[in-house]
Amino acid sequence: MDFTNIAFYIFAALTVGSAGVMVFHRNVVYSAVGLLFAFFGVAGIYVLLAADFIAIVQILIYVGGILILLLFGVMLSQKLTKVDVRTESMQLVPAVVVVGGVLAVLLLTISSTPWKLAGSLEYEPTTKAIGRLMMTEYLIPFEIASVLLLAALIGAAYIARKN
Amino acid sequence: MLFNFANVLTFIVFGAVFVGINITLSRILQARNPHPVKLSTYECGELPEGDSWIQFNIRFYVIALIFLIFEVEIVFLFPWATVFKELGLFAFVEMMIFVFILLVGLAYVWVKGDLEWDKSTAVPDPALAPSAARQELTEAIAS
Repeated sequence: MDFTNIAFYIFAALTVGSAGVMVFHRNVVYSAVGLLFAFFGVAGIYVLLAADFIAIVQILIYVGGILILLLFGVMLSQKLTKVDVRTESMQLVPAVVVVGGVLAVLLLTISSTPWKLAGSLEYEPTTKAIGRLMMTEYLIPFEIASVLLLAALIGAAYIARKN
Repeated sequence: MLFNFANVLTFIVFGAVFVGINITLSRILQARNPHPVKLSTYECGELPEGDSWIQFNIRFYVIALIFLIFEVEIVFLFPWATVFKELGLFAFVEMMIFVFILLVGLAYVWVKGDLEWDKSTAVPDPALAPSAARQELTEAIAS
């Protein structure tokens, strides 16, 4: 097992473990911190997949933006600690049946899919290639993305406004 | 490329290990004589009042939302900046259209007053009000 394999398993364990902390912790602020480490783990996996630009964007947007937004959202709530997020209704049997069914379908799909291996990756900077494609082949999606961002901005500002 | 990221990882690992060793050493070496005064939060010598887990002003949230949109715009600027010289005027015009469409959004939130810092939205929490003993002390100092 070479270095990248070991690094992959460490990052994967970090991601899954932090996601577990995020889901199971009773304090929502600690949940947000768990999410922080999950995002970092995913960024590490992106690096190992030779997607350097996506990895940096992951840290810049998700850790630096979305997580801060989530934290502000959490801190807007009245009760921060000891929030009981469980609902009143406990449907144990239907839940086990549905989750077990989904798990069976997923396992069946994973085992029956012929996975293609990518071969050896070439670790080269991708930013330039992304920029070139964005300016030539994917120009229309790129411009439409700005309209989407504009819609998101106006919508978010409208909803967040007091009245 | 991988080597550069390995450099970053080395820094992160060294930072974590350094902090971990220091905290563990401090745990091992420190003397422990707990006292209520020692365990209370230090607020520049003042008596701590209320909880540090407070509710934030909604203004932070709105500003963070607007920031996030423009952060995504900045992310799109990076790949463009690497190729903009070889693609010339065409790429420049394209990016100007992109930025202009988002500037419309900035103008919108500006005109609608979302960028104004409204200080009066926070409701004072009764738990944070100064206690009677503290008010007496403040008055005694003032007189």
